[in-house]
Amino acid sequence: MELPEPVTRRIDQARTRYPAEEPRAAVIEALHAAQDELGWLDQPTLDAVADYLGLEPIKVYEAATFYDMFNREPVGRHHVRVCTNISCWLCDSDAVTDRLRERLGIDFGETTSDGRFTLTEVECLGACGGAPVIWIGRSYYENATPERVEEILDGLE
Amino acid sequence: MPSYPDDYELVTLAGAFEEEPHTLQAYLDRGGYTAVAKVLEGGMARDEVIAEVKASGLRGRGGAGFPTGLKWSFMPPAEGGQPQYLACNADEAEPGTFKDRDIMRYNPHQLVEGMIIGGYAIGATVGYIYIRGEFWEPYVRVQRAIDEAYAAGYLGRDLFDSGVDFDLHIHRGAGAYIAGEETAMLESIEGKKALPRFKPPFPANYGIFGRPTTVNNVETLASVPPIINRGGQWFLELGTPKSGGTKIFSVSGHVAWPGNYEVPMGTPFAELLELAGGVRDGNRLKAVIPGGPSVPMVPAETILETRLDYEALGEAGTMLGAGSVIVMDETTCIVRAVERLAKFFFHESCGQCTPCREGSGWLHRVIHRIENGAGRLEDLDTLLHVGSRIEGHTICAFGEAEVAPVASSIEHFREEYEAHIHGKGCPMAASGRVSRRVAEAG
Ligand code: FES
Repeated sequence: MELPEPVTRRIDQARTRYPAEEPRAAVIEALHAAQDELGWLDQPTLDAVADYLGLEPIKVYEAATFYDMFNREPVGRHHVRVCTNISCWLCDSDAVTDRLRERLGIDFGETTSDGRFTLTEVECLGACGGAPVIWIGRSYYENATPERVEEILDGLE
Repeated sequence: MPSYPDDYELVTLAGAFEEEPHTLQAYLDRGGYTAVAKVLEGGMARDEVIAEVKASGLRGRGGAGFPTGLKWSFMPPAEGGQPQYLACNADEAEPGTFKDRDIMRYNPHQLVEGMIIGGYAIGATVGYIYIRGEFWEPYVRVQRAIDEAYAAGYLGRDLFDSGVDFDLHIHRGAGAYIAGEETAMLESIEGKKALPRFKPPFPANYGIFGRPTTVNNVETLASVPPIINRGGQWFLELGTPKSGGTKIFSVSGHVAWPGNYEVPMGTPFAELLELAGGVRDGNRLKAVIPGGPSVPMVPAETILETRLDYEALGEAGTMLGAGSVIVMDETTCIVRAVERLAKFFFHESCGQCTPCREGSGWLHRVIHRIENGAGRLEDLDTLLHVGSRIEGHTICAFGEAEVAPVASSIEHFREEYEAHIHGKGCPMAASGRVSRRVAEAG
């Protein structure tokens, strides 16, 4: 497979930040670029990234499987990730996750049958002053409550 | 926004509460880029910069607390043509920590300026800021600051006609707590799995791409420009003789106003708690984790008598860590809190060292069964024994970190564990949930 042009453009840009003889350093940014464009990282995509960077595929597989942000399976149009770590838990993230599960009718790690939402439990998002925190796309929603959950989900396409 | 007493001096959060504080113009209006001018235009020697930072008493703000000037002095002199690196650790992922996020969102140019000065001091011509992948807004703000700095001639070639070069790039992470460990970060910048390296060799000798590298935290580097401008002595005197300067404490959990509070080192904990509005709903304080879950928790009566600096917290049996103050009130089930932390460490263990990979799972499973009514009295000894087999037996400090909440909670709240075991379940709440607000629950 060929990587789409927006992906190769970002990979080319990333390459300029590292010495020319270190293409592997651009792997993480390359995977971000591919996932932003394609939604998740299937095997042909990983191979195409390896090919484009001139790396053995295993080097790309390693990064793709080690880092939590990379989806190795399809996800819904909106990937709803909710922090349940200590500060969020102390501020009742349980109520937030209960409402999310109820409203979406799915558990952590599942996707709604219409393919709109995937729900994932995540570790600390580094925004604990606004606990509990929900992360969707590129946005953090802080001070989440069950009521806010309804508003946030209503606001998504 | 916190209201500070008038005599508080904000160093790294300076200007953070103004309108549009992140732009170049706003930073210049606050006196930005005068410190790097003083260094490069004013012809300060590398050693002079390092001496000033040593005099400031600045210690690593990411958790380890290593003296910054001393760390810088470990870098070898740059050899002709071969790059050396300065890496900024912005992988803020220690639960309860959210200070670097605010520096990057509200004062990114001070970080950039600190990196130029730091790079010069250690002979590095390239810098990387390693920002955790989840952070989008901070990434955008820092990238914009870098672009503005290039356009204004603060980054690139021959800065201030001094012959000094410095290039600065962002390297985004992709979700891995362990990437915040300094040598794991080096691996991650190289595009590999973030597995901590054996030391020695230390990064100052063998860092990114095998070249000499220094890794500093965001808050550490952002402290540098004011130190250069106003002198190491000024910074030192803001804090205590052994813990210089101010420090941002990220206060979260059961307080009225969670948030970042930059206060002088040595500030009494009680004062910080007051700034944060006190314990929510007038509840009683139960326990505090003062530096993120990697440090031991302490009961209310101890922390209320303690000052917030490296030495005082050490004497109180804990550590300052990253200044991540997690406050737990009387409604908190300590066992449940520790169960959640154990789950976190189990999830984030990189798996390289057997004691940590296996031990983190054991700790979690045993605490889980205690919380859920299947605990046995000998479980407490089992937990402590497993902990003793992990600590000191791993490549990096993650081993000590995962044991800290377990061992400290058993030390201070043993009776609560025993109540779970005897009562075959969590006595705190029949619902199995700690109520967010006592008032609402009633
Ligand atoms: S604990 Fe949830 S954002 Fe930090």
